[in-house]
Amino acid sequence: MTRPRTLYEKIWDAHVVERRPDGTCLIFIDRHLVHEVTSPQAFAGLRASGRTVRRPDLTLAVPDHNVPTTARLDAAGNKLPIADPESAAQLAALEKNAPDFGIRYIDAVAPEQGIVHVVGPEQGFSLPGTTIVCGDSHTACHGGIGALAFGIGTSEVEHVLATQTLLLQPAKTMEVRVEGEVGPGVSAKDIILHITGTIGAAGGTGHVIEYTGSAIRALSIEGRLTVSNMAIEGGARAGLIAPDEVTFEYLKGRPYAPKGADWDAAVEYWKSLATDPGATYDKVVVIDAADIAPSVTWGTSPEDVVPITGSVPDPASFADPSKQAAAAKSLAYMGLEPGTRMQDVPIENIFIGSCTNSRIEDMRAAAAVIKGRKKAPGVKWAIVVPGSGLVKRQAEAEGLDRIFIDAGLEWREPGCSACLAMNPDKVPAGERCASTSNRNFVGRQGPGARTHLVSPAMAAAAAVTGHLTDVRELMG
Amino acid sequence: MTPLEKVEGRAIPLGLKNVDTDVIIPAHWLKTTTREGMGRGAFESLRADPDNLFDRPQYKDAPILIAGDNFGCGSSREHAAWALGDLGIRVVIAPSYSDIFSGNAVKNGILPVVLPQAAIDRLMEVAETDPVHVDLDTQTVTTPFQDRFAFEIDPFRKMCLLEGLDEISLTEKSDAAIGAYEQKLDAERPWMRPAAAGL
Ligand code: SF4
Repeated sequence: MTRPRTLYEKIWDAHVVERRPDGTCLIFIDRHLVHEVTSPQAFAGLRASGRTVRRPDLTLAVPDHNVPTTARLDAAGNKLPIADPESAAQLAALEKNAPDFGIRYIDAVAPEQGIVHVVGPEQGFSLPGTTIVCGDSHTACHGGIGALAFGIGTSEVEHVLATQTLLLQPAKTMEVRVEGEVGPGVSAKDIILHITGTIGAAGGTGHVIEYTGSAIRALSIEGRLTVSNMAIEGGARAGLIAPDEVTFEYLKGRPYAPKGADWDAAVEYWKSLATDPGATYDKVVVIDAADIAPSVTWGTSPEDVVPITGSVPDPASFADPSKQAAAAKSLAYMGLEPGTRMQDVPIENIFIGSCTNSRIEDMRAAAAVIKGRKKAPGVKWAIVVPGSGLVKRQAEAEGLDRIFIDAGLEWREPGCSACLAMNPDKVPAGERCASTSNRNFVGRQGPGARTHLVSPAMAAAAAVTGHLTDVRELMG
Repeated sequence: MTPLEKVEGRAIPLGLKNVDTDVIIPAHWLKTTTREGMGRGAFESLRADPDNLFDRPQYKDAPILIAGDNFGCGSSREHAAWALGDLGIRVVIAPSYSDIFSGNAVKNGILPVVLPQAAIDRLMEVAETDPVHVDLDTQTVTTPFQDRFAFEIDPFRKMCLLEGLDEISLTEKSDAAIGAYEQKLDAERPWMRPAAAGL
């Protein structure tokens, strides 16, 4: 009888190519997602050393970070030029590098284009039990379908392109168990914001977090991807949720997913991956789902989370002196006073999108709140950015785009958009944004921009009231 | 990669906790297709303050940076390591790092030294006036005042830094093992290859 193992240990063990005496392992990488920002230097490195891509068949390239989310084709169907010369250069580099190295490429104007972390699972390219890497830290997202997925830097991108492997130290394991049922108006985003607030931004450092418990099991794949997406906000390099019937149902029939007899063999294998009874984790955190409210961040670290019914904390209330200093700095940047009720904080900008919350379920949740209402006069800029062309078309087929547009929100083309200030979608300095993205760091949405992380339904609620709002009050 | 053994010089006593990669190099500096010149964007938001540490004459070309817990957290951008390198930083000293950052640092010839907060506090004090000495071979940080702090480092990382080794060439030595793994995978779990019915 073999020792009981966790989901993480099983995936790790199945990917060891070589084990070094010090415990470092050469790990095989099953899927490599490539985008335009972290890849040009890697391809340049390959060219300089005369190397090729070892497994182009396991690599998929799609531009997302820099692409403008306004129309990409003119009336005659020609590609519109990209105004920013540096963005244009990065996009042009990917467009050239992918075919040069024989890599599958989804063009910026292709119907399947979208944010890599939305496209991977949606195309069935990301599968349970695989190792997935991408030069973007929210690669952890794919853990929602049970893949060991993590972000890498550009040197590692080059390493994977050349060798299809990475040299890695095994991580410690952490279980975050969310038991019970969440209340109405509480989404997957609120669960992960609450977890991040509970364990802290460094709570998972050195660990891979497996999310378990009845509240996680009850989530759709969209919700699970949202939770795992933000594993990195809790300091963990990767998140994992064991694949189950919900996962199989989601993946079946997707373009790159196994077919026929292969499918049956795959499902059988995936079922064997769940953590064995009796397996232990290095760290365990248990959360009662009933304690989770619609949540919002007040500061510039993703751990700065309060329930929407709460208030801006007093920096003096933190025990750790360096946290006190950080909180005081955060509040100065955010322009907030201790004791202000979160619901009294006015909002000028709304961003519904990013790889955390841009799937069809997110679009539906936001539209359900917006329907029959109008954007508040104080809200200057409100954009809804679907995560992929497929999400966009599905939403349009359901009439969600009309709901947003009729309410005065903008309906955009897929991409990373205002998640990071790299493309034209930015939040002006000193203004606030209720954002469904994953990072509230200083300058993340534009120099001086003030980010409040929320769920899609909460962003929609702020859009119609003009201030942070408890979405439960708008629910019928 | 330039080998790294001993580094002696002024250390910038930044000391801040949770310095994320957006602070180290803001996103608008990422739009390049080469690695050079990033130092100009390093710590841009902090350097907007005319009295910032980085631009004080005594810390010009300082090869060492002292920071608080969780240095390099946030986005996985390797540009953060390039920016530090381009700024002339060879060693960062902090109580902890984000996993991705410390990996990226080593790959770019930057040594992430882990020391307890008490040692950091002392070094911050010394750095105000005097240089700090880091010796990777003996794994110690010393000061002109007889302070001596030993640090741990993964032996593989240590070797890579000491010899200035490029990781891809090292891995290429395992080519046969990778080939054998691929064959075994194709035999045991052929469905792991992306289905042909794709795009
Ligand atoms: S949406 Fe944001 S977090 Fe996600 S891939 Fe794009 S930039 Fe990274």
